[in-house]
Amino acid sequence: MPNGFFTDTTLCIGCKACEVACKQWNELPSDGFEFSGNSYDNTLQLSGTTWRHVSFVEQMEVDREGSLTDRWLMMSDVCKHCTHAGCMDACPTGAIVRNEFGNVYIQPDVCNGCGYCVVSCPFGVVDLIGKGAGHDDYNVANLNGDRKDRQETALQATGGVAGKCTLCYDRQRDGFEPACAKACPTESIQFGDVAELQERAKKRVETLQERGVDSYLYGVDSKDSVGDLNAFFLLTERPEAYNLPPKPVLPATHQPAGYASAALAAVALTVAGAAIFARAR
Amino acid sequence: MGRGGATTFLQDLQNADCILIEGSNFAEAHPVGFRFVMKAKERGAKIIHVDPRYTRTSAVADLYVPIRSGSDIVFLGGIINWLLANERYFKEYVAAFTNASSILREDFKDTEDLDGIFSGYSEPQEAESAASAQAHEGGSQAHEPSSEPRTYDTSSWQLEKDENGAFKRDPTLTHPRCVLSLLRRHFSRYTPEMVESVCGTPQTKFLEVCESLAANSGREKTTAFAYAVGWTQHTVGVQYIRTAAILQLLLGNIGRPGGGIMALRGHANIQGATDIATLYDLLPGYLPMPSIVRDEQTLDAYLKTNTKPTGWWANTPKYVVSILKAFYGEHATAANDYCFDYLPQLTGDHSMLPTTFAMKDGDVKGYVVVGQNPATSGQNAELVRTAMERLDWFVNVDFYENETSSFWKREGADPSKIATECFFIPSGTILEKEGTMVNTNRMLQWHDKAIEPIGESVTDAWFFYNLGKRLKALYADSTDPKDRPIAHMTWDYEHDDPHERRKGEPSVVKVLKEVNGFSTVTGEQIASFTDLKDDGSTASGGWIYTGVYPDAHTNKARNRKGDDWTSLEWGFSWPANRRLLYNRASADPEGRPWSERKKYVWWDEAKGEWTGVDVPDFPKTKAPNTPAQPGAGGMDAHSGADPFIMQLDGRGQLFVASGLKDGPLPVHYEPLASVVENQLYAQQNNPLLREWRRRDNAYNGAIDAAYPYVLTTYRITEMSGVYTRYVPWLAELQPEAFCEIDPELAVTLGIRNGGWVTIATALGEIEARALVSGRMKPLRIGPGKGKRIHQIGLPYNFGNFGFTSGDTSGDLIALSMDPNVSIHESKSLTCNIRPGRRAARRRGIVDEAVPQSQRSPEGQAKIHGKDAAPHA
Repeated sequence: MPNGFFTDTTLCIGCKACEVACKQWNELPSDGFEFSGNSYDNTLQLSGTTWRHVSFVEQMEVDREGSLTDRWLMMSDVCKHCTHAGCMDACPTGAIVRNEFGNVYIQPDVCNGCGYCVVSCPFGVVDLIGKGAGHDDYNVANLNGDRKDRQETALQATGGVAGKCTLCYDRQRDGFEPACAKACPTESIQFGDVAELQERAKKRVETLQERGVDSYLYGVDSKDSVGDLNAFFLLTERPEAYNLPPKPVLPATHQPAGYASAALAAVALTVAGAAIFARAR
Repeated sequence: MGRGGATTFLQDLQNADCILIEGSNFAEAHPVGFRFVMKAKERGAKIIHVDPRYTRTSAVADLYVPIRSGSDIVFLGGIINWLLANERYFKEYVAAFTNASSILREDFKDTEDLDGIFSGYSEPQEAESAASAQAHEGGSQAHEPSSEPRTYDTSSWQLEKDENGAFKRDPTLTHPRCVLSLLRRHFSRYTPEMVESVCGTPQTKFLEVCESLAANSGREKTTAFAYAVGWTQHTVGVQYIRTAAILQLLLGNIGRPGGGIMALRGHANIQGATDIATLYDLLPGYLPMPSIVRDEQTLDAYLKTNTKPTGWWANTPKYVVSILKAFYGEHATAANDYCFDYLPQLTGDHSMLPTTFAMKDGDVKGYVVVGQNPATSGQNAELVRTAMERLDWFVNVDFYENETSSFWKREGADPSKIATECFFIPSGTILEKEGTMVNTNRMLQWHDKAIEPIGESVTDAWFFYNLGKRLKALYADSTDPKDRPIAHMTWDYEHDDPHERRKGEPSVVKVLKEVNGFSTVTGEQIASFTDLKDDGSTASGGWIYTGVYPDAHTNKARNRKGDDWTSLEWGFSWPANRRLLYNRASADPEGRPWSERKKYVWWDEAKGEWTGVDVPDFPKTKAPNTPAQPGAGGMDAHSGADPFIMQLDGRGQLFVASGLKDGPLPVHYEPLASVVENQLYAQQNNPLLREWRRRDNAYNGAIDAAYPYVLTTYRITEMSGVYTRYVPWLAELQPEAFCEIDPELAVTLGIRNGGWVTIATALGEIEARALVSGRMKPLRIGPGKGKRIHQIGLPYNFGNFGFTSGDTSGDLIALSMDPNVSIHESKSLTCNIRPGRRAARRRGIVDEAVPQSQRSPEGQAKIHGKDAAPHA
């Protein structure tokens, strides 16, 4: 089985160490410095330069003091490294590949920035690295040499324009776990062989159910077109609460119907055209 | 508990059956240590979080309990009352290991008798301080020692002793004047109803906490407490911790695995800072600084005041003489009292806050700031900035330009009118220097240098070493006796590596070796502080660290062999590598573990010694049945069943006869700025709290209609200080100063989520973004729950430098202090709030010199004194 992540949201304390460790290791710039007012979430979403993102879901009973139904859910989101990856299907240059660890990897030196992958991701994970990413908001003091002069992100320097989690391909090749899993203080993010992780996760759900915590795995034994997610999650709320699609759909799923209707249209147009020409004659 | 550190260690929290987190946002401020709380939770422990705000800690706790900021003594006192009333305390532990059985003097009067005051109180002498203020006005530079004004005479607080000098006891705990009886009476008014009325905590939640603590303490189970500055930064801060200590002693959780009180330190080396005495009133190893007020001008006089007749502190002379030998080397001899008179003598409170006032009044000429940013993170930050304008010179050692180093060009300042000569020394970060850090586990860990300091930056050690060398050179030819402390100071830290030596780097290994201690006769390292002597044959820069460098080639701070728990081979924890303090108490009086489940340190009858998973915090071969020797000194005065070795009687102090200025038992007083009257006593505030009534330190009045909301300050995970604001990856996570407001208040005042608000106190105004959240919960307090209380949360991490932006909470908070440790009050305040932004900063009244009548010599604070009963 491939390597992947098991993110257990019941252990997450929302410290965002994963976000920071990811950006530091992968030398990604900040996405800007604006207060959102959206709980403690100011980076708001995964992007070409934010590859781990912690979402904060406040479910507060405002008027009942300390009501037991109060919850503040935190979840560290990441690229799912789908078994059937929409981005990979859509990539016309072959830049997106499945690497030796079974992870979906964008080769930055092959990517030409067409952006097909962006619209093909059922989770909205992949994004192009904005032109502004290397400029005002980027702390150039952290860079060295020529990249500093050219104000480029690490990815831009290697030619890449579409960005997402690599599952720390470079670290894995050297036998290290990904930076986010390494930095997580509470083992909310666990890295390893997906089969083993799934095993562990299922036991975890059982334990939680015994304690009366309603929980389930998102992306395991999936019947969705994306297949099992190699980065899967233990959730205690319906997926929408975390901005996850309840039924992720691979864009290619729509293709047969699309082709069929196109073919039908072509036939109809041919017939209509023939009829017009026939009458004209 | 008698030692300057947490009684337990983070890794042991995983063994707790219940963890009460109060006065701390553990998950946010200490996320890495919090993993052990999560481990405990996974093992089935109940996690309780008591806090004014629903935080990321509350989010993962099993029980969140709301509380009004500043009312924790009522909450904890309520639990004490509940335990005693329902007989749910750990009786055998309390009877054997605490001073519950000690007898009070007949003339002791409790707050129950005197409506919020203890016996022995007399009002501070106003006349005397006025006279010295006049002397000051006359331009006299030679200050009289500003002696402590007489307030509490503690003689009536002393416990009764028999003719041999041993403490009288009633083992049945029924004597009407025994400590336990006093506790019952003292806390009897802290009822669940009172808790609800004062704290705003619903009774059901409060009782659930009581039941959880009692059910998870005793022989088979233990409960741990964790707190941080949410408990300390109050005018009754020390008494907050005292209440927790009483509770944990009653529950029998001190010295036992999964128990104890985890004092969480906010920064990497805060523990080291107090251990090795950057505090003005301490010598290394928690020895008091000599004081002219206590008449300690000779070594004999000093030792007479500070050596305790019984218990471990009977060893004080050995530690003091060894420090002097470390400081002054061969110049320190028995004939000259080991150069004791080289040490400065305290003339009053010279902690940070009084010194800032003295600076503002022109009494301080120079200021060296290292690794601190008082112009932002200090309270009354504008006072700090204007005080710095009156300096002759100022040195800042830091690795970023910050608000303190740039006070002269801040908004509203006129650099052309500021005469202070400013120096900025760029310092190396942790990656650019080697040495030890001491963490919240009292653990020294060595770290190596990863890279050379960048550019012109230097290490902190370089700065101080070369400063010392230059001072010595400047005074080399002086024959003036007052210059001898510098001339005779040992300063032999030359690096052995020629490359480092060329750069002027000292050897921090040599520093650590000196702190550890060595024989002045053979020059060999000393392995244990029990080998230190008071005859000058040993030198040690800080006795508590002795053992970290036991021989020439062993640096235990480098140890890196961990296990899942005590990890004795990882780093070095003071004292003597003990991880859990007072761990003798993990065994019953006979030396057997209280239970198999909570086995830790016990008496091995066959070997005739204490053994277990930790280094025993007890004389190793002193059998549990060893009787106390009547009339003996030192440790012989304790029996083999007295675990609290630092205390006079070897017992846990439920009642503290000596050492606290504001009372032997905790009492609820409202914060200086409060929106309500004290519902428990006529006395509104801590009568001994320290204050400065000056126009540059304006206080909100008590129960002031202009400031109707409670304000509390705190840190957030993403930000620390200026050094995190410069990191874009952190700055984007919390980019702007914000405050947290409950939706009800936001609607009432027309505040929009994400919009601007201005927060005001009598001291000043700041602006911030509003984060409107149901996590902030309005409370109902008072009789019949008739008063609605809104609390506003304000993170203090923001400032002008770095990638974030925003005002600092320091501009709202007037200075006041706890009487025991001079800590400011910044966790419980009052304020007003309105939508919209503040006006541009003007140079206000604070910039003008303060009238002489409002000043005090050396910036000393005044004692608040007895309130005219506000609700009489």
